Amino acid sequence: MKIGISTKGNTADALIEERFGRSPFFLIIDSETSEVKAVTNPHSNDTGGVGPKAAQLLLNEGVNVVLTGQVGGNAFNALKASGLEVYACNSGTTATQAVAEYKNGALKQLV
Amino acid sequence: MQNTKTAHSNNWSEENVTRIVVASGKGGTGKTLVAANMAWAVSEQQTITLVDCDVEEPNVHLFFPSEGTQVPVCQTIPQIDAEKCTNCGACGEFCQYGALLITPEKVIVNPSLCHACGGCRLVCPEDAITEVPREIGTVTTSKPSDSLTLITGRLKEGEVAAPPVISATKDAASTNGDVIIDGPPGTSCPVIETMEDTDVCIMVTEPTPFGLHDLKLAVGVAKQFKIPSLVVINRSDGSDTDILSFCNEEEIPIVLKIPFSREWAKIQGTGHLIAAQDPTWRDAFLNLFTQAKERAEVKLC
Amino acid sequence: MLKIAILSGKGGTGKTMLSAALADILPVKRIIADADVDAANLSILLEAKDTTSKPYFGLPCAVIDPDLCTGCGICAEACRFNAIIPNGDVYTVRPIKCEGCNVCVYVCPAEAASLVMKENGTLYLSQTPSGVLSHAELFAGSGTSGLLVTEVKKQAEANSEDSEVLIIDGPPGIGCPLIATVSGVDLVIIVAEPSLSSLHDIERLVTVCRQFNPVMTGVINKYDLSPETTEQIEKWYRQEDISIIGKIPFDSEVLTSVRNCLPVTRQQSPASDAIRAIAGKVKDYLDEHE
Repeated sequence: MKIGISTKGNTADALIEERFGRSPFFLIIDSETSEVKAVTNPHSNDTGGVGPKAAQLLLNEGVNVVLTGQVGGNAFNALKASGLEVYACNSGTTATQAVAEYKNGALKQLV
Repeated sequence: MQNTKTAHSNNWSEENVTRIVVASGKGGTGKTLVAANMAWAVSEQQTITLVDCDVEEPNVHLFFPSEGTQVPVCQTIPQIDAEKCTNCGACGEFCQYGALLITPEKVIVNPSLCHACGGCRLVCPEDAITEVPREIGTVTTSKPSDSLTLITGRLKEGEVAAPPVISATKDAASTNGDVIIDGPPGTSCPVIETMEDTDVCIMVTEPTPFGLHDLKLAVGVAKQFKIPSLVVINRSDGSDTDILSFCNEEEIPIVLKIPFSREWAKIQGTGHLIAAQDPTWRDAFLNLFTQAKERAEVKLC
Repeated sequence: MLKIAILSGKGGTGKTMLSAALADILPVKRIIADADVDAANLSILLEAKDTTSKPYFGLPCAVIDPDLCTGCGICAEACRFNAIIPNGDVYTVRPIKCEGCNVCVYVCPAEAASLVMKENGTLYLSQTPSGVLSHAELFAGSGTSGLLVTEVKKQAEANSEDSEVLIIDGPPGIGCPLIATVSGVDLVIIVAEPSLSSLHDIERLVTVCRQFNPVMTGVINKYDLSPETTEQIEKWYRQEDISIIGKIPFDSEVLTSVRNCLPVTRQQSPASDAIRAIAGKVKDYLDEHE
């Protein structure tokens, strides 16, 4: 299973980025192999549609679960329509910590 | 008869008619009061069409309750033929608004993000996209009297695209005679769509810092369309100094001042017209119409 | 941080007056946002100063290079927004109509069209005696006001520090900017005035707001101008399960304060008293939802 996480940096110890659509990076972590892939978000500064575009980026990467801070209305609709599960992380946590919290069932499901 | 807006343009090519738009910038200054009273006064003398382009919150019909015929206004959204679609993602890539989501199983359209630009249909290599209509509002036409036609545009609650409904509303207005348009508040897309192809703008303002601030913005929009303006001061305090200075600088005539009156607020608030109750005001609004027609002859550069 | 939006449907009922007054007296740390980006007036009442700004780029705009344009007109045919017009031998884009869809760029056989970023307005952050104010102005004649409203809200949230509440002065209408305003809001305060227009408009407003499921409350401003219509509105509020949290009398002091560019609550007056009572109800709500 692949987990997509919105992050401020491109390594596993990067902090979570709260804003889904405008996140500068997404880390894609394979939960079985623990392989980590960093993807730069090319749409983070677009004026519109950033939420759905970020959702599309994660869909293209084959992500099943998304860990982020908060999602706006358009992002919510796109994520819901796409069947991705989305969980809210606490700010100040790293990507690695967020994955651990998700696996422990400690995160609140947003979508 | 369905009215599907695929283009934001108006059928108004008739010469020798004057199209007056009532605007303000700030909400609540009295656009509807002016448009409704003026149209009523004019309808006593000639045929006139009154168009309510405040499609988000249309109120003119409250002053002219009458049976009307309603037609839907539709905007198109893309429909993807699943048989032909190869999931290549070209449509989603092209869409500037994020309205198309490509999942492994299918393409999902978010209608509220779609701007009906037609781009996805153009880029699809498999010709798998057609455009289908979706109702976003209505246009109602009624005749409160033999000489007065009322056209009311209404955006469906929850829809975001006011401009196509405004455009359809203007299309429905007769081109056989003069037109008075009650415009929306603000200075963005809905106002732009309303002001386009009109001849003169009556700006309704109030003598407060808000009124003046927003009047300046609204005048700026009218200038972009090279439409001459005139000003009505509602709830005038008698001196209205700041408005006067601005209008002097901009060479915009102030044609009517309506003093605040609790009695009139009540009359207006219960759906009645001060022009119908008081011949002095009927004449004042007739005069406003005449002045607007004259002002429409002014060419701005 | 709880988010409160002050809305009305119809313009001119007193949203900005009430927003400024609540911002002035609510006894909690607060941040304020003006979501009426077309006609942003809240800063006028809040003694805004030390304002910093940054440009707002709305949707990009198409531009046609006249040196490359062959005058074939294919772009104008394809443009759904009537944004491309002939200009002598070539074609030109009218920025006021362009929605940045990119179709003209795609169809142009001469590659003469391109999309460029266009400045559509300015985002402002100001200091006021009541707290930080996030506001913006759309350049007159621009589009994307909904997007700018979202930027104003995001800027407020980014600068909220330990604020307990965000007070949002909403725009009129029920379209894009209103939807952007009410999305994600916890409490809505509807400001009605005693007129049929206002009643008609809040009916439509509430239909839209319900999609977002906020707690809905209502106020009637200038209620004594028409007792009968006030009663109609009260009845409607009750029917809709919208709790009435205050009625403000018509008060010439309101106009005086606006003219002095101050919140009405700076002076003792009947309107001021009524607003204090409303603020009390809002504070109760905040306490219950900490």
